[in-house]
Amino acid sequence: MAETNNNHYIAKDFKSDQEVRWCPGCGDHGILASLQKTLAELDIPKEQYVFVSGIGCSSRLPYYMNTYGFHSIHGRAAAIATGIKVANPDLIVWEMTGDGDALAIGGNHYIHAIRRNIDIKIILFNNEIYGLTKGQYSPTSKKGLTTKTSPYGTIEEPFKIGELTIGANGRFFARTVDYNLQLSNEVYKVAAGFHGTAVVEVLQNCVIFNDGAFDAFTSKETRDDNTIILHHGEKMIFGKNRDKGIILKDLKLKVVKLGENGITEKDILTHDAHESNPGIHYRLAGMSLPEYPVALGVIRAINAQTYSAAMIEQHERVQAKSKIRTVDELMRSGATWEMK
Amino acid sequence: MGKRSKVIEKDAVVIRFSGDSGDGMQLTGTLFSNTSALFGHDISTFPDYPAEIRAPQGTVGGVSGFQVHIGHKLINTPGDFTDILVAMNPAAIRANARWLRKGSTIIYDSDNFNEKLIQRAGYKADPFAEDKLDSMNLIAAPISTLVKEALKGMEIDPKTVLRTKNMFALGMVYWLFDSQLKYTEDFIEEKFGKKPLVAEANSKVLRAGYYYGETIEALTPSYRVGPAPIAKGTYRNINGNQATSWGLLAAAEKADLKLFIGSYPITPATGILEELALRKDMGVKSLQAEDEIAGICTAIGASFAGRLAVTSTSGPGLALKSEALNLAVMTELPLVVIDVQRGGPSTGLPTKTEQADLWQALYGRNGESPVPVIAAGTPSDCFLFAFQAAKIAIEHMTPVILLTDSYLANGSEPWKIPSMKDMPSITVPYAVKSDKEFLAYERDPKTLVRKWAVPGTPGLEHRVGGLEKTIKGSVSYTPENHEFMVKTRDDKVERIVSDVPDLKVTGKKTGDLLVIGWGSSYGPVTTAVRELQEEGYKVSAVNFNYIRPLPKNTAKVFAGFEKRVVCELNTGQFANFLRMKHQKYSYHQYNKVQGLPFTVKEIKDYCIKLLEGKKNG
Repeated sequence: MAETNNNHYIAKDFKSDQEVRWCPGCGDHGILASLQKTLAELDIPKEQYVFVSGIGCSSRLPYYMNTYGFHSIHGRAAAIATGIKVANPDLIVWEMTGDGDALAIGGNHYIHAIRRNIDIKIILFNNEIYGLTKGQYSPTSKKGLTTKTSPYGTIEEPFKIGELTIGANGRFFARTVDYNLQLSNEVYKVAAGFHGTAVVEVLQNCVIFNDGAFDAFTSKETRDDNTIILHHGEKMIFGKNRDKGIILKDLKLKVVKLGENGITEKDILTHDAHESNPGIHYRLAGMSLPEYPVALGVIRAINAQTYSAAMIEQHERVQAKSKIRTVDELMRSGATWEMK
Repeated sequence: MGKRSKVIEKDAVVIRFSGDSGDGMQLTGTLFSNTSALFGHDISTFPDYPAEIRAPQGTVGGVSGFQVHIGHKLINTPGDFTDILVAMNPAAIRANARWLRKGSTIIYDSDNFNEKLIQRAGYKADPFAEDKLDSMNLIAAPISTLVKEALKGMEIDPKTVLRTKNMFALGMVYWLFDSQLKYTEDFIEEKFGKKPLVAEANSKVLRAGYYYGETIEALTPSYRVGPAPIAKGTYRNINGNQATSWGLLAAAEKADLKLFIGSYPITPATGILEELALRKDMGVKSLQAEDEIAGICTAIGASFAGRLAVTSTSGPGLALKSEALNLAVMTELPLVVIDVQRGGPSTGLPTKTEQADLWQALYGRNGESPVPVIAAGTPSDCFLFAFQAAKIAIEHMTPVILLTDSYLANGSEPWKIPSMKDMPSITVPYAVKSDKEFLAYERDPKTLVRKWAVPGTPGLEHRVGGLEKTIKGSVSYTPENHEFMVKTRDDKVERIVSDVPDLKVTGKKTGDLLVIGWGSSYGPVTTAVRELQEEGYKVSAVNFNYIRPLPKNTAKVFAGFEKRVVCELNTGQFANFLRMKHQKYSYHQYNKVQGLPFTVKEIKDYCIKLLEGKKNG
């Protein structure tokens, strides 16, 4: 992580002069605002940032950030971000992508960036729909969703992003909600400080084509009872009255009520985001209604060597053994002969 | 060494090693080539192998060959016809019978000429009679038996014993040429250093083959090819993929940029990724991507981050990369894309050569997409043209496609090692911070080149992307702006012509016929034209290395000749390109799409037909 420079940034310093063109009421506005706030607070010189994106509503975001930015082609943000970070590890690379961009057309690059542990921050705007092409189903759309390309409802099982990410050997997975600026800000900061691929799924409401997709657990009435915000080292307790918790029973997670059947706080699981065994994180990331609350916050964050660190180490090892440094030396190495 | 019954002095000899794909023929051929080059021969090699690593044993489809042309004179092709064939089985005879010169020598492993293998190769009973090769100089050697005999008592498994057969054959060929064994012995020692028994077995068998040749010397003449009149200097053997890789390294050094390669393995281009992956000592960052698209996209990312970025592939991979290539066109970032062409379409002939990706390189993308295209002519020339591709990419802020092909990639020749101080300089058009606002698409008025603003530089923060932009770098759908930018990008690429060297004519500037080649047509075309000139025909040759833009003097060169013929390994892509670009002239075309390079003879025959036998006056 780069040094801070006492730039005394404010969020506005990260706003570009481009007019923001998302629909009024779109969750993307909230994501942009919380990212700009996060970057101002991190106080790292803005020229060190590169915001990379693919195609889709989410991918317009780099145009609105006053940093270096690359709005690329559909699905390829992870590959381009990989190239930038590997070529120059001093740069701080944030990838802006969506559920279609990252998981359909770009699925291959997504899993391989994670597998390699490229030190990039992936903000995955999940609205469970294709917005920019005006309303087709995506790999995260709920089974049965009626869209323009599924007029009788989809017949496909969706990906759960957390499960896919952890399955690809993901070391960092967090989830937040577009309008929750405070939680987003908190999660982005942890992601920023993480060394390796950090995936943050942002549940993002598309007001036009999939409005209310997350209402069952994000509306004012439902959110306290239907979500749990995880913090490392804290008990997994949730609910309007903080009277519900999660335990592990028969190898399965289970929601229990404190005080019922003799359950006390000490029976409730304590969240360990740093546990390297992915089993519990996989289950937490996969929790969904009606059986479970939806988990928010940093679900998994385990340290491992980044791709760039491994590459630098390997280069040093090879350089210690080889004497070749210049092209002249290379061309004259091995079998050569003189013609006189 | 024993006395020779008969020594044949020759200007040039073509030797072909041929056997099953597991017989080690590629290595045998390479060792022979290097030994010859060290002696001072000019050489040209042509590996010809099946796509399968271990194709069905004993079948014609499974035959792997390595041809080498060694000469006392300058050699530009691996040779049309074989003087000496080493055949490890009957299938090797069947595959090569039509390429044997009259009076050739055939050395064959008689242990493998049993009924089963003879029939598997498609013969009834006698390969030599059935292919009318009885009059050739046939040398039967029971190689399998002799190898087992030579290694008797050594504690190695039978499989390893039989795997030394190629060294026996090589030893026999060395005897034919009275060659030194040292280079090969050194190689064996290095390669099997950790397995001393295997090293010893290979060396033993190599010598056994050599002495066997000596023992049977009464049966066969031997050859002597004097050293070639080669310019003074330090030489090495190099193949096209290695030369390409080193040319890129040279460009990175001259431009003072770090080199990044993002590629996906694909025949016959993989050698470039492999070679550059070795060069961590020189700071090369290589990334074996998850697919072809990621190969080019990681390279584009690296380019945006301020590195010399490269992706290497073959035709099918270039097809997959085309959308991303357009992103580099649109963002005007330097990028070298290498297409080592192979037989297409689709998977086609993965290990065979063709020049049929020219149109794909020129036109295979959506929208108006100008990309400079250049093509290397010989294996060692890949160094220079890879260097030039990178120089143009950097200095003109554009992706550049470098076309080579399977024939160049795997073929090798002696290369006079250049000195880096003699290579041209490369100027990187960096953006620098000034009082004025940085505009991403502001251009040099003369070259139309934009500046390269590298992330990390304070004050130059900007956004690029695939959407159409204004000069400022803002997204714009304005009709007039789009047309202006389309024309500007095209004009920018056309203006590269000022950096393109003029065509050089082999022969006189006027005459009856101009034989036109591009890329790897160079060797056979030049050789054919030189021979025709010696025979008195008024023929000259040119070879195009710069396809887009074409050299400035193209029309002037064309004007000097009565007729023009374009020779290329496709159905006429460059000929048609010339018909469009230089409509004033008419073009004959000589084409071949067999997955094989041209022979000199077929080009000569076609030219003589066009000339209607007309010689001087």
